[in-house]
Amino acid sequence: MSEVDPVWPPYEVFVRSKRGLNHVHVGSIHAADPDMALRHARDVYTRRNEGVSIWVVRSADITASSPDEKDAFFAPSGDKIYRHPTFYDVEDVPHM
Amino acid sequence: MSAEPTAPELEGFEQTLAHDQRIEPRDWMPDGYRRTLVRQIAQHAHSEIIGMQPEGTWLTTAPSLRRKAILMAKVQDEAGHGIYLYSAAETLGVDRSDLTEQLITLRQKYSSIFNYPTLSYADVGTIGWLVDGAAICNQVPLCRSSYGPYARAMIRICKEESFHQRQGFELLMTMMNGTDEQRAMVQESVDRWWWPSLMMFGPPDDASPNSARSMAWRIKRHTNDELRQRFVDMTVPQAEALGVTLPDPDLRWNAERGGYDFGEPDWDELDRVIRGEGPCNEERVTRRADAHREGGWVRAAAAAYAGKQATSA
Ligand SMILES: [Fe+2]
Ligand SMILES: [Fe+2]
Repeated sequence: MSEVDPVWPPYEVFVRSKRGLNHVHVGSIHAADPDMALRHARDVYTRRNEGVSIWVVRSADITASSPDEKDAFFAPSGDKIYRHPTFYDVEDVPHM
Repeated sequence: MSAEPTAPELEGFEQTLAHDQRIEPRDWMPDGYRRTLVRQIAQHAHSEIIGMQPEGTWLTTAPSLRRKAILMAKVQDEAGHGIYLYSAAETLGVDRSDLTEQLITLRQKYSSIFNYPTLSYADVGTIGWLVDGAAICNQVPLCRSSYGPYARAMIRICKEESFHQRQGFELLMTMMNGTDEQRAMVQESVDRWWWPSLMMFGPPDDASPNSARSMAWRIKRHTNDELRQRFVDMTVPQAEALGVTLPDPDLRWNAERGGYDFGEPDWDELDRVIRGEGPCNEERVTRRADAHREGGWVRAAAAAYAGKQATSA
């Protein structure tokens, strides 16, 4: 039976919990198409007013950095401490 | 997805655990860790899904529209919990439809508690109070489980479980404030569900060989017996508030230990129910398999429609 069962692909679900906040990843859902994915996401992830807006995206369409490459991939930001305000010694000047 | 441990990979994994940080889906992890998680999360997901059946029986016969709406919301939550958990399991490289297949072909298990029948409407209240109460005891520590997607699913679930427990307790409270007949119904229901609820925490620690491993991996944070004790200590004062008697002659406060002493559950009964010889095992799995089969045309129709939309776009 499972041989003929069509596969509904997975979608990742992102919910904006209220105005002014980013969409945040909450989990995934299976659906035949994007509209159905939205409806399923609403039923599963926002049963108690958890959201004002939902994005769904096919899981297969996400490109992610790999944790294995972590060090090299994020290295460019690691040694640039001058990008942080705390790098600068400015003493006793108001509003700075 | 090779899990031949190279020294830095294994060390990275163990460092993450040692710092009480979370393992995330694409991190390297030992095969045993992955297998244990898949088994535990799938079993947990199946429990939520099968768990809809005992209470679902009362959806059309609950005594008022208010009670029907509450029960409907609770049963829908359990479906949601199942889906959160299947979604977490899928981050480990398994597929939801395979897990469903494993459930209906009896290769994976679900909680023993759902193999008991709901004989009276009071059971809806007792399940909310005791069964969801025991589930909360089990689940709150899992919000800090070492596997990120599992821990996050548990946080969502725990938020919703407190509604489950409170609606059950309130239902029982209402009945206890009713007639003698209603009070007797509640007591009869509690008599049937008390021991199976204690068994929900699994066999005693000395008969639970995999516990130590799961604790070392921080998948589990407390032993079965610790959680069972915590549940008894929480529940006895609630039973007093309700005015019901818990059916255990050995139940008494132990001031020295600062906890309640209680009798030994019938572990042979638990073994039998796990082996498939509980009162409702066959009914539950058959119903799940039927629902899956009967839903086949919906899955096929939706897929056909999606295919058509895609080609005409
Ligand atoms: Fe649940
Ligand atoms: Fe629940």
